[in-house]
Amino acid sequence: MNAPATPQQIGASVRRKEDYRYLTGAGQYTDDINQLNQTYAIFLRSPHAHAKINAIDTVAAMKAPGVVAIYTGADIPASVGGLPCGWLITSTDGTPMKEPKHPLLAQGKVRYVGDQVAIVIAESITQAKDAAELIEVDYDVLPAVVNTATAAKSSTAVHDEAPNNVCYVWALGDKAAVDAAFAGAAHVTKLDFVNNRLIPNAIETRACVASYARSDESYTLYTTSQNPHVERLLMTAFVLGLPEHKVRVIAPDVGGGFGSKIYLYAEETVCVWASKLINRPIKWTCDRSEAFLTDAHGRDHVTHAELALDKDGKFLALRAQTTANMGAYLSTFASCIPTILHATLLAGQYTTPAIHCEITAVFTNTTPVDAYRGAGRPEATYLLERLVSIAAKEMGIAQGELRRRNFITTFPYQTPVALMYDSGDYHTLIDKAEQLADIAGFEARKQASAAKGKLRGIGYSSYIEACGIAPSNIAGALGARAGLFEAGEVRVHPTGKVTVFTGSHSHGQGHETTFAQVVADRLGIPMEDIDIQHGDTGKVLFGMGTYGSRSLAVGGTAIVKAIDKVVAKGKKIAAHLLEAADTDIEFKDGKFSIAGTDKNIPFAQVALSAYVPHNYPLDKLEPGLNENAFYDPTNFTFPAGTYICEVEVDPDTGSVHIERWTAVDDFGNIVNPMIVEGQVHGGLAQGIGQALLEGCVYDQETGQLLTASYMDYTMPRAADLPNFDVATTCTPCTHNPLGVKGCGEAGAIGSPPALISAICDATGVRDIAMPATAHRVWQAMQKSKAA
Amino acid sequence: MGIPISLNVNGKTVNADVDPRTLLVDFIRTHCRLTGTHVGCDTAQCGACTVHVNGRAIKSCNMLVAQADGATVLTIEGLAAANGDMHPMQAAFKECHGLQCGFCTPGMVMSACELSGQLTNPSDDQIREALDGNICRCTGYHNIVKSVKSGLANMAK
Repeated sequence: MNAPATPQQIGASVRRKEDYRYLTGAGQYTDDINQLNQTYAIFLRSPHAHAKINAIDTVAAMKAPGVVAIYTGADIPASVGGLPCGWLITSTDGTPMKEPKHPLLAQGKVRYVGDQVAIVIAESITQAKDAAELIEVDYDVLPAVVNTATAAKSSTAVHDEAPNNVCYVWALGDKAAVDAAFAGAAHVTKLDFVNNRLIPNAIETRACVASYARSDESYTLYTTSQNPHVERLLMTAFVLGLPEHKVRVIAPDVGGGFGSKIYLYAEETVCVWASKLINRPIKWTCDRSEAFLTDAHGRDHVTHAELALDKDGKFLALRAQTTANMGAYLSTFASCIPTILHATLLAGQYTTPAIHCEITAVFTNTTPVDAYRGAGRPEATYLLERLVSIAAKEMGIAQGELRRRNFITTFPYQTPVALMYDSGDYHTLIDKAEQLADIAGFEARKQASAAKGKLRGIGYSSYIEACGIAPSNIAGALGARAGLFEAGEVRVHPTGKVTVFTGSHSHGQGHETTFAQVVADRLGIPMEDIDIQHGDTGKVLFGMGTYGSRSLAVGGTAIVKAIDKVVAKGKKIAAHLLEAADTDIEFKDGKFSIAGTDKNIPFAQVALSAYVPHNYPLDKLEPGLNENAFYDPTNFTFPAGTYICEVEVDPDTGSVHIERWTAVDDFGNIVNPMIVEGQVHGGLAQGIGQALLEGCVYDQETGQLLTASYMDYTMPRAADLPNFDVATTCTPCTHNPLGVKGCGEAGAIGSPPALISAICDATGVRDIAMPATAHRVWQAMQKSKAA
Repeated sequence: MGIPISLNVNGKTVNADVDPRTLLVDFIRTHCRLTGTHVGCDTAQCGACTVHVNGRAIKSCNMLVAQADGATVLTIEGLAAANGDMHPMQAAFKECHGLQCGFCTPGMVMSACELSGQLTNPSDDQIREALDGNICRCTGYHNIVKSVKSGLANMAK
């Protein structure tokens, strides 16, 4: 890896600038923010998964103490749009996906438990809650569509526009070539599985404080968002029809997102709308029970997949049919997750020449489903790596060996599913992982476990990820309704101190430190002289926000491009001051100098000259030193890694204990190894959570969410997880100036198949469903014994 | 009408008349305006609201403020020295990267501080068991365990 030149620069584990405020209670999260004369809102929600609303009686509630206003769907003007979906998927038959209106407040029908029916605004939160209990809603309960696999066969329709509950049927790949390859295969491995539905559970729940100022007809919204500019654009242009320049959206400190805070939700939109009507600020804070019901969920795929191999274990073809649950309405990016971000990843690290994948997206009477850490890529990795692991078992080939026989080794590499990998070295990754995991010592450890009456197993996963989704024009051709660039501004102050504005948003990732390292490195100035600002449409020029592990690769590059402009202008100023030609000026280590001489001027002096332009080339150069840049990547970046998990299973109880976890990742160049390791740890915890603990369960009859609290939905706690052995290798990204690839989602993408394969290896069971609870493992072992 | 209460919060006496159903966490956040104590759930499971009451780490969402009448309460804001220097446990979390989004962090730190009198040279597993009442969604706990180990060692010095 690139070694840092100084303790603050690229490659150094600089301790985080943001930590002091978080550690001393000085963080400012949305619920910490209050406005004068503020009111409090709560949302009355549907207790039914599917019901017709006959009447809503708010008379008694309106008379309750402290009530300011109550609005229902009937109060929303016809001019207000539904919540939009940002990606149009076109079905294989050429028809556009079904896009039923997603109303801000239910219009005549509720479609999932938690669907918002009314907003109650009062002087205090308790008064709002008390009043909401007085609202009487007359429902006709309808049958609910709950099951992903059978939704398309249900006689009940979630939306009239989609009578068979199908949103789209989409496919990618050459079906004829795949079928031909299967016909000639020496071995075929088949697997039916469910990629379990997850609930994101950022520890900070969603919240907002919305206000309207009659003085200048402007709105201010504090909200828990990963992308405030996107939120503003969608809200103003597509839903409320407000002038974009009169709406300021601020996402202050945000307590985790993992995807769930990307989307435009009804609650903050209704609060913005209502703040003008009541002419007072409105605060809404989601409670945890509501968060379970209403934050967009993740995953929820039902898949049949097959891998064809020749007699030597060479992959010939892959085919898969997946049904993906969209929930009751299309959330902001729901439609592109199982398609653009899933099917395109199915080559993995392998040279499989023919791949075909068909996706059927269905509506159900459940919470909307959208991107959750990894978003489509964990599902693709699970599909592929479980097939590969089972194929290795069936063919009697070692896990590492079967993978090595199929690795892509030359780059750039065009996959049969649209992506072009720019760089990678998969052999080095797996070599390093096997070495760190002490594969050689596994048999001895297995025997030691057996002596204790325990079953030890090992599982592999070699994942590929596509980060920094791009470029905008190609995404647009594929249905994206948004750009995928990022914006950055570098404002050099007269004293040479620098404020950087980025359209990326940090909600735990440490941008204030990592981005400052990049700037310190490029400008040769101390970290203390740099401040990173983000999350405020009133300060930052524009931004697409943080998702898909894109912040450094895309947002960081925008900053680098702005820095390049600052340096280019600085050279002209320095040339004037040093009485040299522009082309003779070099910039290095914070100094502008005449090439080949010791004549130089420090960065701060050039900055001062730009703002006090007395001795300055005013005839050809504007004063000031402030540049911005927009960066639209030419390709995705492609991080990859090999994870190896070793478990011990108690055959009497089925309980699984993770004994060792090895993760070796290639993220390209790394700016802050400490932060990158932390991102890997967190991703692993979420992936292990999916594989071992977390399962979202709906009552299949009523559509009630049965796992709607931390007492029912198992969040990984400290004692559930091991210490992790993590390491990195490096093949720099070839198409961004930092050579970085992105690390935020890798852990969640790569880990589930390694863990499930390890449990299967330990127990001898062919497959086991996620989450592999002790109960499930024990049952699978009994079933396997009986067979 | 409200119930009169008096308690000591971070060294200051606070007197108030409160609605009987006011939770300690809401009193701390709304009345005392100490917003470092967070609410992450509604079932006393996540531990983001952990504060010390009479020296014991408790979940302040699980207690009425009326029950804390006469008590001494320490929140995350009261942990650092008056000059702003961080407490050894806070410093350890920064040094070991034991936090990411920061939302669970105040509760995690308050829980960790309480272990000082309870565990001597704890193993990683003991620390993991001891943090059972606090959920973090960001860090995977690896660096939290490191932080607590280091913080406890520094507190013992």
